[in-house]
Amino acid sequence: MAADGTGDPGLTNGAVETGAPDRVARERRVRWPGGRGRPAPAEPGSVTVTPRTDSMLEVRDLRVHFPTDDGLVKAVDGISFSLDRGRTLGIVGESGSGKSVTSLAIMGMHHGTNAKLGGQIFLDGEELVSADAARVRALRGSKMAMIFQDPLSSLHPFYTVGHQIAEAYLVHNEVSRKAAKAHAVDLLGRVGIPNPTTRVDDYPHQFSGGMRQRAMIAMALSCDPELLIADEPTTALDVTVQAQILDLMASLQEEFGSAVIIITHDLGVVAEIADDILVMYAGRAAEYGTGEDIFDRPAHPYAWGLLTSMPRLDRARAERLVPIPGTPPSLINVPSGCPFHPRCRYAASLNGRCETEVPELRAVALGHQAACHLPLDEQRRIWTELVTTQLARIAGTQTASTGEDE
Amino acid sequence: MTAPQGQPAATSVAANGALMTVTGLTKHFPVTRGIVLRRRVGVVRSVDDVSFDVNRGETLGIVGESGCGKTTTARMLVRLIEPTAGQIVFDGRDITHLRAGAMRPLRREVQMIFQDPYSSLNPRQTVGAIVGAPFRLQKVKTAQGTKRSVQELLELVGLNPEHYNRYPHEFSGGQRQRIGIARTLALRPKLIVADEPVSALDVSIQAQVINLMADLQDELGLTYVIIAHDLSVIRHVCDHVAVMYLGNLVELAGRTDLYERPRHPYTVALMSAVPTPEPVRRDADGRRERRERIRLTGDVPSPLNPPPACRFHTRCWKAQEICRTDAPPLRELAPGHKVACHFPENT
Repeated sequence: MAADGTGDPGLTNGAVETGAPDRVARERRVRWPGGRGRPAPAEPGSVTVTPRTDSMLEVRDLRVHFPTDDGLVKAVDGISFSLDRGRTLGIVGESGSGKSVTSLAIMGMHHGTNAKLGGQIFLDGEELVSADAARVRALRGSKMAMIFQDPLSSLHPFYTVGHQIAEAYLVHNEVSRKAAKAHAVDLLGRVGIPNPTTRVDDYPHQFSGGMRQRAMIAMALSCDPELLIADEPTTALDVTVQAQILDLMASLQEEFGSAVIIITHDLGVVAEIADDILVMYAGRAAEYGTGEDIFDRPAHPYAWGLLTSMPRLDRARAERLVPIPGTPPSLINVPSGCPFHPRCRYAASLNGRCETEVPELRAVALGHQAACHLPLDEQRRIWTELVTTQLARIAGTQTASTGEDE
Repeated sequence: MTAPQGQPAATSVAANGALMTVTGLTKHFPVTRGIVLRRRVGVVRSVDDVSFDVNRGETLGIVGESGCGKTTTARMLVRLIEPTAGQIVFDGRDITHLRAGAMRPLRREVQMIFQDPYSSLNPRQTVGAIVGAPFRLQKVKTAQGTKRSVQELLELVGLNPEHYNRYPHEFSGGQRQRIGIARTLALRPKLIVADEPVSALDVSIQAQVINLMADLQDELGLTYVIIAHDLSVIRHVCDHVAVMYLGNLVELAGRTDLYERPRHPYTVALMSAVPTPEPVRRDADGRRERRERIRLTGDVPSPLNPPPACRFHTRCWKAQEICRTDAPPLRELAPGHKVACHFPENT
């Protein structure tokens, strides 16, 4: 690989980043003599591509593969989506579906690991997969920022909360420490921490779980990022606090007008906050559309399975849930053809096509895509006739109730 | 599966259908300082005066946020920790202070399913050894031998009986939880206490385990106490629901009653906080339509120093002077619907 990580258009190995942007190249050579990654085959013709749209973020055919002793782990295998300013994209999927790896790839955090990246990521028109580590580092924290799942382990216990919020602001702006601290106080106030002037000097252990997550959000917002990625921002929190954080994120987005990606396994959270939804399965996109598309007229059997396997608070139960049979596949040994076919109830009807041919995302309606071989009319028939009936039965809105209590 | 021989003689006197009756259950953990001169500097009031019945063949759900004492309650029910006060009557017998030896025969009848299927199975034992352990420990001999019984159990929970000699790491999370359930069922217990049985699992797997537990209940006539923080899961599986807040039982009711007419302000707030899988709709101006929701401010106070009187008054929008001075008793406001609040909703 090109030792500095630049000019490597196709699959690039990550570059290690240390120190400030101007020191990166030098320190990298010192720390990793000979480079850590292996040369990767260049992909011809991928350098000159420019984004089609003026989206804030455009991800095209993103692939993240990890070579391991047991084989190649295709954590993300060809994901494409785009996101405009002021919109929220929800990425949902089960554990191991590649949602977090996608977000880390956008943030350029596979640099310095043995991950092999392919495809393109355009942030406001600027390509990131082939960009060098120093450039990504300059963007990270200022133009794009991330909120992590577990606020306790992602805050440094040794530094005050204020120090950690001010840090990114100091790195990316030429301001005094005093100004940075004042900025931190201001941010803490905006994310709803009471008495920000005194709490700014507290350590993370003095904050409760919800307050820590607010501090994380303040940290992410410190440089007014245009792209905000939240990786399971509320999973570690109680429901009442989760509701507070989701409200906060929605109102901050209205205020800052940033593009937001929210990664979660919770369909309720994603419905609450996302405009567009990408459903991932085994490193690939299963379905991509607006929130209404995914919840009101889903087209992929996996999405149907998720909806019928979910108990709902707002509806009484009448019947059993309809779970997805089997377990999510290992990413080392992804099933051939459609990765979902061993668990799919409808794969048998297509005479083995699902076992051999990988389905590409194709439009089922305007702006609504699904990766499934089922013919469109068949898909619509199954949804309207079978799945909605199942959902109605589970929800008890249909007469066949057997299990209602009292 | 054949029932293990030598079941302890049932001393059933409970005619009211309650398999377990809990009265005034309390657990205070002392907080001490100093090594040589240990002195008590305070108590964590994890569970305070909790009473409920668990009916035969039914499922009782206990919900609440972290730190509300639901896990402590569960552990006291199976006597993994010693209650500070109160009484637990199981099948007509007071088991509150039974000693370990006297408790052992009862362990066949009360079993527990744990939350984390990764840490609750011994990684160095085979599935056969794990699921067979209850037979070994209780010295129970089954008609067709332990191995055969274990294989039948594996089949019962939907695992391949040929997995007998495999180790836990060879299984996925959902399968591990099934192994845990098989172990729980080995001695044909009457009561199963499940502490967050599905919260560590993916959505698609959660449904499998929920259905399995429901099937087993129908098939074996089990009684469950299920602890969970997920109100949707509780609504789906439980017949009665107890809502806890900071160690207190604030509401206890039948499922339909509780979810359709919640009376305690905390229950109302808790339910309105759960995101529902309905997509965001935008109005004509492209603005997001916000759902009406009761927003609780702040976090749950520390159980080390809970607010006086009604513990919810610091976050309650209906709180008045009386809430700060008098603790509301758990009153039956409707048949089978008990609420501890001075100003209940939906009355």
